[in-house]
Amino acid sequence: MTLGTWFALLVAIILAAEAVRAVRHRAFGSERWRRFFRHPTAAWGVGILAFLVIVAVAAPLIAPFDPDRQLDIIGLKNHPPSWTFLLGTDVLSRDVWSRIVYGARVSLGIGGLGALVAVSVGSLVGAVAGYYRRWVDAVLMRTVDIGLALPRIFILLMAVALWDRLPFWVLVLAIGLTSWFGTGRLVRAEVLSLRERDYVLAARALGAGAGGVIFRHVLPNAAAPVIVSAALGVGNVLLLEASLSFLGIGIRPPTPSWGNMIADGAPSVYTAPWTTVAAGLAISLVVMSLNAVADGLRDALDPHEEGGAT
Amino acid sequence: MSAPRPAGQPLVEVRDLVKHYAAERGWFGLGRPRPPVRAVDGVSFAIGGGSTLGLVGESGSGKTTVGRTMLRLQEATSGRVFFEGSDVFALDSGRLRALRRRMQIVFQDPYSSLNPRMTVGETLREPLKIHHLSGEVSSLLEEVGLDPAFAKRYPHELSGGQRQRVGIARALSVEPRFVVCDEPVSALDVSVQAQVLNLLADLQSRRRLTYLFIAHDLAVVRHIADTVAVMYLGKIVERAPAAEIYALPRHPYTRALLSAVPEPDPRATKRRIVLSGDIPSPAHPPPGCPFHPRCPHPKKSERCRTEVPPLREVPPQSGHLAACHYAEQPM
Repeated sequence: MTLGTWFALLVAIILAAEAVRAVRHRAFGSERWRRFFRHPTAAWGVGILAFLVIVAVAAPLIAPFDPDRQLDIIGLKNHPPSWTFLLGTDVLSRDVWSRIVYGARVSLGIGGLGALVAVSVGSLVGAVAGYYRRWVDAVLMRTVDIGLALPRIFILLMAVALWDRLPFWVLVLAIGLTSWFGTGRLVRAEVLSLRERDYVLAARALGAGAGGVIFRHVLPNAAAPVIVSAALGVGNVLLLEASLSFLGIGIRPPTPSWGNMIADGAPSVYTAPWTTVAAGLAISLVVMSLNAVADGLRDALDPHEEGGAT
Repeated sequence: MSAPRPAGQPLVEVRDLVKHYAAERGWFGLGRPRPPVRAVDGVSFAIGGGSTLGLVGESGSGKTTVGRTMLRLQEATSGRVFFEGSDVFALDSGRLRALRRRMQIVFQDPYSSLNPRMTVGETLREPLKIHHLSGEVSSLLEEVGLDPAFAKRYPHELSGGQRQRVGIARALSVEPRFVVCDEPVSALDVSVQAQVLNLLADLQSRRRLTYLFIAHDLAVVRHIADTVAVMYLGKIVERAPAAEIYALPRHPYTRALLSAVPEPDPRATKRRIVLSGDIPSPAHPPPGCPFHPRCPHPKKSERCRTEVPPLREVPPQSGHLAACHYAEQPM
């Protein structure tokens, strides 16, 4: 690690702390955010996620080495952590810390985009099923049942069989399109109750079309469970990517992702545990932070606790 | 704008409206089919342009369902509704949308009738946009007695009465001729009820509106309705000009309802008719007269248990209809 990268790391930590402070400052103005921060872990969750996102974005400034470069395949193979190599080096003498930093881009990217795809598809399907009911609902919900019953790995393996080398966007789509079933069900249940509200009837009486009713009146009011499931979804997708990469069908080496870093380090887990532990810890940290944030959001967005009557 | 209707022809007419809710049939339609819930069971009435029909009944009598099926917010099982001469149930979606401008609804619950995530201004602008109208949010708010500054507020910042005024403004935004007022004041404080009722009356005379005014007690309807219809178990049991029905109610159910209206004069002595039991389930209506199990009429006989009394004119006044075999006899 050079002075410059230490400095960049310090700036990243300060920025993350500032972000938490800024959000917290807003909390004094709004009942909702106050409820969010009532969770002692929520602030830590936001801070850790903010830090990792900053690290991912500023990877070239923070990583001391090129993540793919084999520094010295004989002399620096499985080097234990030191001041130069913060988290040691792996079996190919690559700097683990640099790979974690660049891997954050890939892993968080897949997590975020995959969850975005899943939540969009799930919300749309759930809203359509709940709004139209009857056969539309029956068809879509049986699809969801099948989706939930099929092992996801199996579907993804089929997708992998179609592509020789899975492009990033295909992986994102494949993960997203196999992760929306739970969200779909959740949104459907919410829409079933929302569609009977008087303001939805009023919109229909005023001549609003189905699209207008769903997007203006139904979905915005179903946002709370969607946001919570999105936060949890990012963690799930991240874990899925890790399993896929571990199986060798996710992100292909040498591009670092936290999942394939575990795979790379697995054979030497007893002699050089730092290679796998670092990536594993990173994954756990993100998932735990997301769960903490989701818990806080669940309370913050709970309409039953809304001040006054809603 | 369509040409004014010739006098005497009603603006809205409902003919033999029926709404049955099919009971769940269980898994894949197996299992014994259960009888449908007869929410509305053959209701007919007409409302002349600019006048108000008060539709009264207790909860579960089907009065809300009548209002909603008329606007096609729910599909009717059978029957027909005519508005300005056209058959509402036969319209395709394009013509239905055009009709939506002419018929509107004000809801009972001011808390669930406004989208909590939209400001008052957004709520009122939406219908203007749908129908490409040039109306202004501020003038709509002023018309219902609210400051135009309310446009920036969210529903949870408003009181029940203010929300109800917004609901009324939303209905008026498309310049309707006919408004279904579905218990518009039942959820409000008594002091606010009078204000909202006065507002509705003002708007009616200013805009020449026609109302179907749904309520669960006769007291509220008294000041606004020209004609009153009383519903029980999905049927109209009595219909008469307002003055008539308050002076000389013919159906024992109407008499019971009227006796429950609080008397402002504490010295007035009045016999209170207390009905026993609850309204029966509309899935299993009693045979004969639907009211007979609770009927306090002294002349009640075997005939009431077996024969459904038709809604018939009760002399001496014409236009006074009641569905009781013994409507002429005093109670």
